[in-house]
Amino acid sequence: MAGSIEMTYREALHKSMLEEMDKNADVFLMGEDIGRYEGTFKVTKGLFPKYGHRRVIDTPITEAGFAGIATGAAMAGLRPIVEFMTMSFSILAMDQIINHTAKVHYMTNGEVKCPIVFRGPGGAAKQLSAQHSHSMEGWYAHVPGLKVVCPATPADIYGMMKTAIDDDNPVIVYENPGLYTVKGIVPDDPEFKIPFGKAQILREGKDLSLIGYSRMTHVNLATAELLAKEGIEAEVVDVRSLLPLDTETIYASVRKTHRAVVVYEDWRSGGFGAEIASRIGEDCFDDLDAPVIRVGGLNVPMPYARVLELQCIPDENDVLAAVHKLK
Amino acid sequence: MAKQAEKKNLESPADLEQYYRDMLFIRHFEEKCNVAYRQGKAGGYMHVYIGMEALAVGWMHSIRKGHDNVITAYRDHAHALLLGTDPVAVMAEIMGRKAGTAGGKGGSMHIYDPKNGMFGGWGIVGGHIPLGAGLAFASKYREDDKVTLNFMGDGAANQGVVFETFNMASLYELPCIFIIENNEFAMGTRLEYHAADTELWKRGAPFGIKSERVDGMDALQMKKDAQRIVDWVRKEQKPYLVEVMTYRYSGHGAADNDRQLYRTKEEEAENLKRDPIKRLEAVLIERNIANEEKLEAIDAEIQEIVEKIYAEADASPFPDVEEVYDNIYSDMTVEQGH
Repeated sequence: MAGSIEMTYREALHKSMLEEMDKNADVFLMGEDIGRYEGTFKVTKGLFPKYGHRRVIDTPITEAGFAGIATGAAMAGLRPIVEFMTMSFSILAMDQIINHTAKVHYMTNGEVKCPIVFRGPGGAAKQLSAQHSHSMEGWYAHVPGLKVVCPATPADIYGMMKTAIDDDNPVIVYENPGLYTVKGIVPDDPEFKIPFGKAQILREGKDLSLIGYSRMTHVNLATAELLAKEGIEAEVVDVRSLLPLDTETIYASVRKTHRAVVVYEDWRSGGFGAEIASRIGEDCFDDLDAPVIRVGGLNVPMPYARVLELQCIPDENDVLAAVHKLK
Repeated sequence: MAKQAEKKNLESPADLEQYYRDMLFIRHFEEKCNVAYRQGKAGGYMHVYIGMEALAVGWMHSIRKGHDNVITAYRDHAHALLLGTDPVAVMAEIMGRKAGTAGGKGGSMHIYDPKNGMFGGWGIVGGHIPLGAGLAFASKYREDDKVTLNFMGDGAANQGVVFETFNMASLYELPCIFIIENNEFAMGTRLEYHAADTELWKRGAPFGIKSERVDGMDALQMKKDAQRIVDWVRKEQKPYLVEVMTYRYSGHGAADNDRQLYRTKEEEAENLKRDPIKRLEAVLIERNIANEEKLEAIDAEIQEIVEKIYAEADASPFPDVEEVYDNIYSDMTVEQGH
């Protein structure tokens, strides 16, 4: 059995890409300031000196252009990993990703594959305000032809990034700037992979299900601690993969606890958590003892002042308040 | 030296006849596409290449078919047919049939045949230009000696992502030829109303891309220019931008049924005088490669071939409704039902 190592989310992500680049010469990186500058969030640090400008490609600040070039390279059989400095900038590349990348396989009836990964941090960091704080995973998870994953732990980003690189379809790996310094145990196994479409139970409980993904999974874990002090046993469901979505694990938890709170950082209205909540309502109606509750980001553009910003992002207190309303 | 180069570019009678047959085939094939559309057998958006045939013929005869890459916008039938895509499959795709190049999922605008180097067939003006540069990027990465022909219309030459791609293609020295098929209209908007500088070939210069404007209404001249440029790009491994002057005789798409909104009948009549097919006919006769009877026989032969293609495509079945879920992904399907 392989051992395991403690490392940060950032280190696990870095290690995952490095190992896959070593395994497969068709894997290359592309993005703004990822090479010589080592990446804005330092995820790609050290890769440029190791692989050079052929495989670690600094791009101009033209997101649509490089998303499209990487897509074309994937159509020719290479396996690009494209970094968006922040996922908010991927809005400039939306036509490429949605109207081109996501359509290649279907429009060619499977004749052309598009093995590409788009990754980067999305959601609020710290006082980056309205244009740099978007949670857009739901936008992408809306699109047939894309796969979308939002790993919350170092082990998950390590294993899911490998799965993404190996996938023959376009994958959005949606990180969160608040996760890069999170520490965790990661298997010391270059072949370690986590399949998409598998949610996980990070804490068992019988009284209610706290359902979330990405950084909100950590908020849910913290909330469960607080609830335990009140004698309430919350089950924490980490969805991990939005498309494909593992409704089976989510429903099984709800059928056990009969109460569901869905937590997501994206704007509350129309975010992906609303999709999860809607499905639970549709498919688990008879199992529910209370309406499904959504806890989402405030429906406002992200403000700058720290006190206002914190107001927008769901935290343990917001989830706790929602749980108390359930009774 | 000059003489030698000239000699190399001088086509044989068989070559000339082939160019003629190719142009005529595209012309008749697309006239039949128009029939299919009028009969309700083709739907959606359909854009024919009528009038522009010399352009595609010149370029496709200058590349290594099945080795080099071709990508274009939605006016894509000619490119696929010239690369060797099964014409029945192209017609079947236009008719939305199972036997189509994409099983009826793409339609006229989305003809793909990657085995023959045809990478579409794209519907967003200018949107495929970075994809084409990406194909060239892969060639550079693998050093596989492929050249990519990256076609667009004059309307696409204004899109932001096209300029982004010019910059990166030059920055990374990609073996990519950007070919602007300037037929003088972006849909119904004349060149001088959509382009601040109507000399589109100049748009390569700010990015250090070698650029020029050539005539696309003369198949022989087009072939000479195309061959020279393809050879240069393959050797130098750098991008090139070519503005090819051409003219479409039909409307923008099948739904464009009032061309007088943007051009006069007199203008159209004037341009018909430089029909690339008639122009090559004159050369064939002048060089004693064919006489009137032979030309008529070729025409009849091609019309018959096209009739057969049409009949075969039309006799083929529509897709099974269950196929709607096929090939969204390579390895999974989506949740089913409404």
